[in-house]
Amino acid sequence: MAGASVRDYKRRIRSVKNTQQITKAMKMVAAAKLRRAQESAEASRPYTETLRDTIARLAAVAGDIEHPLLQKREEVRKVGYIVVTADRGLCGAYNTNIIKAVNTAIEEDERDVEFNVIAVGRKVRDFFRKRGGLVAEYVNLGDVVNYADAREIGQYVMKAYEDGELDEVYVVYARFVNALRQVPTIEKILPIEPPTQEGETEETFVEYIYEPDVKIILESLLPRYIGSQIYHAMLEGKASEHGARMTAMGNATENAGEIIDSLTLEMNKARQAAITKEILDIVGGAEALKKGGK
Amino acid sequence: MAENTFMLEIITPEEILLREEVQFLVVPETQGELGVLKNHAPMIAALNIGVLRYTDADGQIRKVAISGGFMEVIYNEARVLAETAELGNEIDVLRAQEALKRAKRRLEQRDENIDFVRAQKALQRAIARLKAADAYNEQ
Repeated sequence: MAGASVRDYKRRIRSVKNTQQITKAMKMVAAAKLRRAQESAEASRPYTETLRDTIARLAAVAGDIEHPLLQKREEVRKVGYIVVTADRGLCGAYNTNIIKAVNTAIEEDERDVEFNVIAVGRKVRDFFRKRGGLVAEYVNLGDVVNYADAREIGQYVMKAYEDGELDEVYVVYARFVNALRQVPTIEKILPIEPPTQEGETEETFVEYIYEPDVKIILESLLPRYIGSQIYHAMLEGKASEHGARMTAMGNATENAGEIIDSLTLEMNKARQAAITKEILDIVGGAEALKKGGK
Repeated sequence: MAENTFMLEIITPEEILLREEVQFLVVPETQGELGVLKNHAPMIAALNIGVLRYTDADGQIRKVAISGGFMEVIYNEARVLAETAELGNEIDVLRAQEALKRAKRRLEQRDENIDFVRAQKALQRAIARLKAADAYNEQ
């Protein structure tokens, strides 16, 4: 901005300050939402863990059970990816990292398969709408993750799986480590690989009564297990999104501060230069008058 | 009476809805109602959509509408996992009545396009909620 006037600098500083205020507010909002997202992730844990433990125990007791959701397909031709991203941007590389992870997975899959994307979030929908392969979309779900949404997505993929529209289903989301780190994660959810028990707990040796019987219980739990896994991915994704946005907006606020500092410096320089120039003008004028008077 | 109580926990994906000492518990098992008292043998049961009843430590009978799930009983603790669960006194009766009407209408239409199983489940859920709120009258 060489040669700009003090007024130009002032205008630019004001504009950067406005932007900084917005990014600062967004950072604070993201921090509050992150806390809420973490709380709901915490609140979902008892359900998910009890469900997983019980299925593991039942699977161990039931031995070989046959259920369409457990059956591995001999020939895999259609692979589904449930991809969880944000509806909005301004959260750093959060969305791009997840989409990149999906693309890598698709490219590295050496089988001759067709991929289908079930988009959760506007960003991934927009991307795969252009690229192709989008089969279902769940967008504008809001900042609070509802289990009902996860269940609906679960029902969709389970039906597609049972109808042979999909032979394998993965869920892709960003695992929340902390506000600075979110790791894109791909997990297979169909066919279900029953969880195995971690270590031998006291419960392992307890003999249960099963009402009405192991198979029926297990069959009623498997669809719920899918729902809870999708719900978990959506909760993690939401926490990651807010974490990423908080960090991105924090950086933006800092950068704006730096720009304001350097612009202020430039402005002061320009002002000094202007004053010096004026003084020189006056002195020069006075000198000229003196000479002329003699 | 307090020595006859055991712990009841109702867990949904979104929260732990309830955790308290109860004297007696009745759950909607897939083949009928199932009662649980203190010192019950370890058990895992599949649950239907319906009303769960329990007698709390003070002898009050309370109801909860649940949308199916399962229950695990071990070491004097009954843990109920359900996708949704609502305390009887917190149920929005008007909304449940609306849902009931809607579900009935759908079932009466006998349209081939409707998902029959889904409509039936919606009907069962609406009835369970009204029953839990003590607002269900059969016609």
